Amino acid sequence: MLAYAIRRFGQSFFVLVLMSFLVFVGVYAIGNPVELLVNPQADDAERIRATAALGLDKAFLEQYWVFLKGAASGDLGRSFVYNVPALSLILDKLPATIELAFVAMVIAIALGIPLGLVAGLKPDSILGRGIMAGSILGFSLPTFWVGLVLIMVFSVQLGWLPSNGRGETVTVAGVPLSFLTADGLLHLAMPAVNLALFKLSLLIRLTRAGTREAVLQDYVKFARAKGLTQGRVIGVHVLKNILIPIVTVIGLELGSVIAFAIVTESIFAWPGTGKLLIDSINQLDRPVIVAYLLVIVTLFIFINFVVDVLYSMLDPRVRLGGAASH
Amino acid sequence: MLRILRLAIAALTLLGLAGPASAAKEREVSIGLQAAITSMDPHYHNLSPNNSMMLHVFEPLIKRDANQKLVPGLAASWKAVDDLTWEFKLRKNVRFHDGSPLTADDVVFTLKRVPNVPNSPSSFATFTKPIVDVKVVDPHTLIFKTATPHVLLPSDLASVMIVSKLHGEKAATEDYNSGKAAIGTGPYKLAEYVPNQRVVLKANYGYWGGEEPWDKITFKILTNPAARVAALLSGDVQMIETVPTADIARLGKDPKYNVVDKVSNRVIYVHLNQSTDKAPPFVTDKSGKPLEKNPFRDARVRKALSVGVNRDVIVDRVMEKKAVAAAQLLPDFFYGTSKKLKPAKYDLEGAKKLLAEAGYPNGFALTIHGPNNRYINDDKVAQAVAQFYSRIGIDAKVETMPSSVYFTRASKLEFGYMILGWGTESGEQGSSLRSLLATFNRERGMGVTNRGRYSNPAFDKVLETALVTMDDKKREALIQQAAEMAMNDTALIPLHYEVSTWATTKGFDYTARTDQYTLAMGLKPRK
Repeated sequence: MLAYAIRRFGQSFFVLVLMSFLVFVGVYAIGNPVELLVNPQADDAERIRATAALGLDKAFLEQYWVFLKGAASGDLGRSFVYNVPALSLILDKLPATIELAFVAMVIAIALGIPLGLVAGLKPDSILGRGIMAGSILGFSLPTFWVGLVLIMVFSVQLGWLPSNGRGETVTVAGVPLSFLTADGLLHLAMPAVNLALFKLSLLIRLTRAGTREAVLQDYVKFARAKGLTQGRVIGVHVLKNILIPIVTVIGLELGSVIAFAIVTESIFAWPGTGKLLIDSINQLDRPVIVAYLLVIVTLFIFINFVVDVLYSMLDPRVRLGGAASH
Repeated sequence: MLRILRLAIAALTLLGLAGPASAAKEREVSIGLQAAITSMDPHYHNLSPNNSMMLHVFEPLIKRDANQKLVPGLAASWKAVDDLTWEFKLRKNVRFHDGSPLTADDVVFTLKRVPNVPNSPSSFATFTKPIVDVKVVDPHTLIFKTATPHVLLPSDLASVMIVSKLHGEKAATEDYNSGKAAIGTGPYKLAEYVPNQRVVLKANYGYWGGEEPWDKITFKILTNPAARVAALLSGDVQMIETVPTADIARLGKDPKYNVVDKVSNRVIYVHLNQSTDKAPPFVTDKSGKPLEKNPFRDARVRKALSVGVNRDVIVDRVMEKKAVAAAQLLPDFFYGTSKKLKPAKYDLEGAKKLLAEAGYPNGFALTIHGPNNRYINDDKVAQAVAQFYSRIGIDAKVETMPSSVYFTRASKLEFGYMILGWGTESGEQGSSLRSLLATFNRERGMGVTNRGRYSNPAFDKVLETALVTMDDKKREALIQQAAEMAMNDTALIPLHYEVSTWATTKGFDYTARTDQYTLAMGLKPRK
């Protein structure tokens, strides 16, 4: 297990370095930040000063080298736009994004798996068909549009929920959390539901497909024949066996929800990192883009690691770090 | 699922936890802004949203009114003693938020700090550089010396916020962001600044200019236009800036809202790349072969491309009337604009004739380049212009791109036909002519944004004379003359002036401004 973890993190390190280089090249190719930042009335002296102030006067590889040296000591550079360390800018916003992502995933899991089970066990019932029809809607309606409809209904028409922003927070272990206050929950409700909708549909479909396959298996029939209760057959024999693909997808989707909640964050003006990333790309704020992607890649690596550990717990055939080709 | 949620919310409402989201207290107001405030350091980043926010907390020596005319700010009066000397008299009753009085030392300190803000991506030094020497005559009188006659000094100083020496001496940008050093003289104090999220201000009850009607103002950054409108409709904010074109009519009809608009200092125009003898990039004959000569160097071709665009249709249809057809670089109530210049009348036959005279009876082909996320409806404007050109026999393709890509390439002159915008912060046409149309020479600060590389020595001469003429009347006449020369030569193609819009819930009056700033000082409760 330890050897496995060390090997995994060794590989991850190379991924991080490679990724940072690609982002550097990419942003360099898009355009020159000075063109966007400097006042258009500025003369040559001011342009040269700004270019030097941002460290853009150096050769490209030298800029990258400066970045690597800084990164080795934990300094990912200062935002061109905000003049604060890029990493702290992101870490300030990350709790809001992670909170939103987790609440959305909790909604998706808590509703998706039971609904998927129902749809899988009773595929021809009205309920089963209704759930599937609903999941098609959840899949195909654009997040953007659903978000606006939610706002129109719950904020504008009914006036129940605030249309934007994050509510009151309480600080737990240095992290500001908003889901522990009533105001925070009200602010969280719509963006979380909006973000959860697609994942919810995905989980319903996945669970249903797995369930339909599993109930036909011999061990399920055998469990039934033994006279086990319906609850035990579904809860242990069906559910546990279909969980592996579901856990994989949840892991992947959690990562993508954290990294790319951009649409939801901008509609609800949720003060998270997605909004920051889009603004930074528009302004070619390279240190923030690079730092953001590094943080996200790290997060993905961590989530994948957790997923692998969960596999081994769910399926005794999976061994971490063993000779298995995986 | 929605029903469950609805029940949950209903339950919360019953418990009294979820009041209606609006219910702003009487002297509190929230305002939705379209762009992030990147810093609360008034000398860090010369950027419109920042400059607008700073005016609440800090003040310059000279202010601009809603039409960008210069009015006294922290300076009660100023005058040019001679061509190189200016005298400024400070107000005597001004105090900083901490109660310390404003003196000439604070001004001297500010001028020293401006060029030395570390990591500034866009410095205000452009405005203070002309001042080569400062003399303090008494605590409320200053003498500024310039190396050459600099008529725009008052206008330049209107962009420079005066900070407190006491709090600023050891302060970095972070200290302004945290509020520690953000001690100004303005009508509001900084209470909280959260990057990319919100700025909260509290009233400065001791303000020298009299008390403002609000105790607390929350500016929320709502970059998504639909989210901004939704926040207004749901009562989360009482005012928004830059109403999306499609929502203006609907909000205007609804008695619960007021829409305020005003023509702005931003002109949308076309630069024609005249830098080369041969045709510039993306300008070819109809079969795609490069042209021998640069057609844009022929004034007749430029004029044809100008009269060949029906500005009224663009204003009516594309901009839904929230724009004004343009004849020069600023609407004609600004200083230095010429009333003689009128927007080019649409003239299909005339355009064809001009092209034929210039040797292009069958037209040629070009690609219109423009941004697609910078100006109001920018990509649609490009499309509309292309349609008009097909009628005069020019094959026009359209390629728009995000501004992060576009402006870098445009500055490298990689395009032939470029749609651009220009906001005149100084509020007088001389500085715009200088940046956009004077012969390109960045070392001297002339034509710094002249992406068309238009060059006309006669025009340069008039303009340069104007820029050193101290007499306001004489200077204005010279700027007008220069503007007429350039526009009659179609040095660039002005399309329209953008109209800025604001919407408030009823019960408020907002004084709209030409500089597109959103100032809480302009927002009053309706009596």
